[in-house]
Amino acid sequence: MQEPTDSLEISVWRGDATGGGHIIYQVPRQPSQTILDVVTWIQREQDPQLAYRFSCRVGMCGSCAMMVNGIPRWTCRTHVQKVVQDNQLTIEPLRNLPVIKDLVCDMSEFFTKWKAAGGQFMPRKTRQDPVEPLLPDSPKRAAANAAIECINCAICYAACDVVTWNPGYLGPAALNRAWSLLNDERDSGQQARLEAIASDAGCHNCHSHANCTTYCPNELNPSASIAGLKRLAARAVFTGNL
Amino acid sequence: MMIKPHRGQPLWIAFLLHRISGLGLAIFLPFHFYLLGLALEQSETMDGLLRWSDYPLVKFAEFGLVFLLAVHMFGGLRLLALEFLPWNDRQKTLAAAAVALSFLLALGFLMRAV
Repeated sequence: MQEPTDSLEISVWRGDATGGGHIIYQVPRQPSQTILDVVTWIQREQDPQLAYRFSCRVGMCGSCAMMVNGIPRWTCRTHVQKVVQDNQLTIEPLRNLPVIKDLVCDMSEFFTKWKAAGGQFMPRKTRQDPVEPLLPDSPKRAAANAAIECINCAICYAACDVVTWNPGYLGPAALNRAWSLLNDERDSGQQARLEAIASDAGCHNCHSHANCTTYCPNELNPSASIAGLKRLAARAVFTGNL
Repeated sequence: MMIKPHRGQPLWIAFLLHRISGLGLAIFLPFHFYLLGLALEQSETMDGLLRWSDYPLVKFAEFGLVFLLAVHMFGGLRLLALEFLPWNDRQKTLAAAAVALSFLLALGFLMRAV
């Protein structure tokens, strides 16, 4: 356990879309301190103009993701003790997204791609119809459930080098969502979704680096989802559905 | 830093190895086919070049080539299985096995060559 008198040297990226650089802050170390605690302390005690984003503080909302020592992490549930090196930390905005100010990114393209991959549920029935039975143990439902707990924090998107190299690529979160819905038997929008994930922006861009799976804070496996999409797309070509 | 922190995980390294081995083989193959082509019209030149393989340094380079070929083949088989077979959670183990198998194969070649 660290003594509260210990000091952390925190290098924070400050700037906006036109550019910026790192500024060093000395932050007192506390027991059980998270990265979000550190950023909040800087804003409250040293620099009220520091911009960052958070909401729930318990790993549910997906708002507070940042690059910590070059790795994308949910900052509210990342303890300083786990990632600190020689009492130093570097905190930067997420990769692969345009910066608005300091640690705040513009998430528009992330959610635009989520929609472009067919991320919206398209029900086959109305509220007047009886509730459709779902068998939780069926293989399709199990596949849908395995991918469904995404909190849209964009950590996988920031970790993905294919997004860096090909900014048009839909990215792991959007494709993981599409995989979940393609396995949802209540959905009616499967053909359009299949065409979206098999497009030039779709699953075939993936190089299987598995950065998304490595860093997903909810321990989802977008790599497996994308591999599933590749199989679906290949089968659709041979069955004349694409 | 040459490899950025977020890339320091086994499956990204497996990707890098697959890409480098592919590029290495692409550079090697034209020379390989040129040498084979010499057999048709300039067999003496070919024999002269083949005698290079008696040098220890060339034997070691051949060990490297066999390793590149094997690691590209086994790594490629892992990727084909990943994309066309039901998902297997042991991807890191499979990638490590591809490297280990390739090394053993290349070492076996080196043992026979010396």
